[in-house]
Amino acid sequence: MSVLESKIPEGPIEKKWTKHKNEINLVNPANKRNIDIIVVGTGLAGGSAAATFAELGYNVKTFCYQDSPRRAHSIAAQGGINASKNYQGDGDSDYRLFYDTVKGGDYRSREANVYRLAEVSGNIIDQCVAQGVPFAREYGGLLDNRSFGGVLVSRTFYAKGQTGQQLLLGAYSAMNRQINRGKIQAFNRHEMMDLVLVDGKARGIIARDLISGEIERHSAHAVVLASGGYGNVFYLSTNAMGSNVMAAWRAHKKGAFFANPCFTQIHPTCIPVSGDLQSKLTLMSESLRNDGRIWVPKNKKDAEAIREGKLKPTEIDEDDRDYYLERRYPAFGNLVPRDVASRAAKERCDEGYGVNKTGQAVYLDFKAAIERYGKEKAFTSGHKNPSKEEIIKLGEEVVESKYGNLFEMYEKITDQNPYKTPMMIFPAVHYTMGGLWVDYNLMTTIPGCYAAGEANFSDHGANRLGASALMQGLADGYFVLPYTIGDYLADDIRTGSIPTDTEEFETAEKEVKERIQKLFNANGKNPVDYYHKKLGKIMWNKCGMSRNEKELKEAMDEIKELREDFWANVKLTGKAEAKNQELEKAGRVADFLELGELFAKDALERNESCGGHFREEYQTEDGEALRDDENYRFVSAWEYVGNPRDAKLHKEQLEFENIELKTRSYK
Amino acid sequence: MKLKLKIWRQEDASAKGGFQNYDVDGIDGDMSFLEMLDVVNNDLINEGEEPIEFDHDCREGICGSCSLQINGEPHGPDRLVTTCQLHMRKFNDGDEIVIEPFRATAFPVIKDLVIDRSSFDRIQHAGGYISVNTSGNTQDANSIPIEKENADDAFYAATCIGCGACVAACKNASAMLFTSAKVSQFALLPQGEIEAHERVLNMVHQMDKEGFGNCTNTGACEIECPKGISLENIARMNREYLGASVAG
Repeated sequence: MSVLESKIPEGPIEKKWTKHKNEINLVNPANKRNIDIIVVGTGLAGGSAAATFAELGYNVKTFCYQDSPRRAHSIAAQGGINASKNYQGDGDSDYRLFYDTVKGGDYRSREANVYRLAEVSGNIIDQCVAQGVPFAREYGGLLDNRSFGGVLVSRTFYAKGQTGQQLLLGAYSAMNRQINRGKIQAFNRHEMMDLVLVDGKARGIIARDLISGEIERHSAHAVVLASGGYGNVFYLSTNAMGSNVMAAWRAHKKGAFFANPCFTQIHPTCIPVSGDLQSKLTLMSESLRNDGRIWVPKNKKDAEAIREGKLKPTEIDEDDRDYYLERRYPAFGNLVPRDVASRAAKERCDEGYGVNKTGQAVYLDFKAAIERYGKEKAFTSGHKNPSKEEIIKLGEEVVESKYGNLFEMYEKITDQNPYKTPMMIFPAVHYTMGGLWVDYNLMTTIPGCYAAGEANFSDHGANRLGASALMQGLADGYFVLPYTIGDYLADDIRTGSIPTDTEEFETAEKEVKERIQKLFNANGKNPVDYYHKKLGKIMWNKCGMSRNEKELKEAMDEIKELREDFWANVKLTGKAEAKNQELEKAGRVADFLELGELFAKDALERNESCGGHFREEYQTEDGEALRDDENYRFVSAWEYVGNPRDAKLHKEQLEFENIELKTRSYK
Repeated sequence: MKLKLKIWRQEDASAKGGFQNYDVDGIDGDMSFLEMLDVVNNDLINEGEEPIEFDHDCREGICGSCSLQINGEPHGPDRLVTTCQLHMRKFNDGDEIVIEPFRATAFPVIKDLVIDRSSFDRIQHAGGYISVNTSGNTQDANSIPIEKENADDAFYAATCIGCGACVAACKNASAMLFTSAKVSQFALLPQGEIEAHERVLNMVHQMDKEGFGNCTNTGACEIECPKGISLENIARMNREYLGASVAG
């Protein structure tokens, strides 16, 4: 029997959340003043949760490794945030957003959580507008929308290509108001090193002050982990350099189950890798697929000539281009979900049609969009017979107004002008759907330890749709946790503040210090990056866009070997009791070296293909993912028992009562 | 590409810092400036020396973590980019590059090239928000139409990444561009109007308290700003401030 209790409320799906809110325990305002909450991570989920807890009256401590909460990596999200407002009158509804998200996730998410997400999505937009988030507007003064992959409506709200930045600054401003009131104490440049359990409940954390190197104890009645995803296990990803799994992994080792670690999103439109010394990959927003057309040459000899620099993409005739997404998926075309688009790009490149010097890139072309917009603009401004030059000039202006900052960024990085020649793109690791297992209340398997945003697993199944990460982060932080955490804390109104001079804190602190010392005691042969890059290569080659049994087994062994080598031979410089960026990196890579092995094991045990998890052994005749609902319609929740490879599997069976299980088709 | 680097090293906030010279080889034009520093650091670690510390995170020009005064200019010679998006193709083989932290009294050095910009956070704490609680029952997002031009201007002001280049570029180390960008974002929106007076007074008061200098209209901040935040914001803040002061 499973020990997992998802605590999904009874009743019809559209009434579950309302009913639950009506029935759970509340903490009265006077008692909230006596309760402390720790929030680790200050991105959209953590920032919004912290601000809302403080508004309610709880005492909040926030922790982030950056020098300010405003720099959390949510800030880099570009394209937008979904909400089922139906402002466009195109038939959107909570049900459709729910349906699209479950289908997009290839039927591996929990229905009740996703429905709640859709239900509160509209409130998020209301809240953000009230906070002064400057979303894009139409000339009539109302909010504008655009379309993202995997859906047939326009439900994405945006602020040019900086939606994440604007939403995060909104949450940060809400935090600022509470910092000013003294209700939030912000510990910036601090890293959570371990979770402290007292009587089986999460009661605090051990943190390292990244400036002084001091190890600190912090207690609370509940701990919220909103520390983001673990995409950096691949070394090269679109994550920030500092993004890491430490908080979630420490909690996992203390008893929180880790769910679906192999569900990773590889985003189709990133700037291709250019060299060996590259440190990170840059995303080009999915919104570009609204207007850009993706293609490779139809003839292999053209692709070869392009790779050798003898032919330019603009010299290839329309008839000699293969718009492979439009060819394979006529209904959704260039707007298929991310996993489908990424795999299709890989398939073409593997077959030898890739462009760029490396052969690992495809084109994203705006020529057709520029001409279409140019004609439209000329027509509406009274030019009935515009020249080709006029059309292109006007069209480029329209495209610039929509995607100007993205085009600029592309040009800065690649030194090529995307108005004149197609962009080159290739898939890159972007987001992790897997994360800490949580119940309907977002509590992990450790009482009092919650996980929110990308750090949990619950809403996106095996593939996340575009513009849904921002929605989930803010839903969890503004509208879910503030209710559900009260249900748990209602039992703590008489507890009083949690002392830190206890054996539990003492032991946890000692273990943290010993671990740091162990890193310094290694032989000092190779720098931290050496290990991180090696791990990344194993992950990308054997646990990336397509996986098979043989390579996953190899990956598990190679990662284990690399981990042992790391602990024996890593080279650190400087001191533990001072600012030390190498030490910070080492601690993070040490955890990735454990998570990576569990990741491979999870992928190995899931003998089906679904969403971002593509097992070569399980595919249809035309190369689409082949799900196995009979045997794998469950969430894999892993319990730590010593070594990552020995982790114990617990299954949460997924029930689909409101959506019929179907083979996902975007044709 | 081979380069000669002169880099500021400083052990901690209280130590006396100074320049050290480093030679680096094998730099490719497609590398970013920070990737070039990664190469230098990798060499240092291999020699058993402490690497040069600098702030960085997203490496795509949006988090505002990276800084660096490069050959006397915040974020280096290119326009409208942060240091992480500055590419080495902007330099030539054999160039000497001087790299220092942003210099300002309100931005004390923590270590090497890492500075403390918490003064910016404190300006925001003083009033960089609209006082609205989270409820799920705020009014519908479309109930107040906002003129597109104002919404766009508010957005442009809000694209400030809080890196501090404006302060580093200013001979007076003034934070007027930063503060005015936030004041403007809210002043341009109907939601922000209600607290506008209090906000501008509190934020400007905090800005002065942090030890930032005055604005003497040289415009260096606008030129060096990686996000192109406009000087018009400063003019708007001055009007707001005057209005609020007169209103008392």
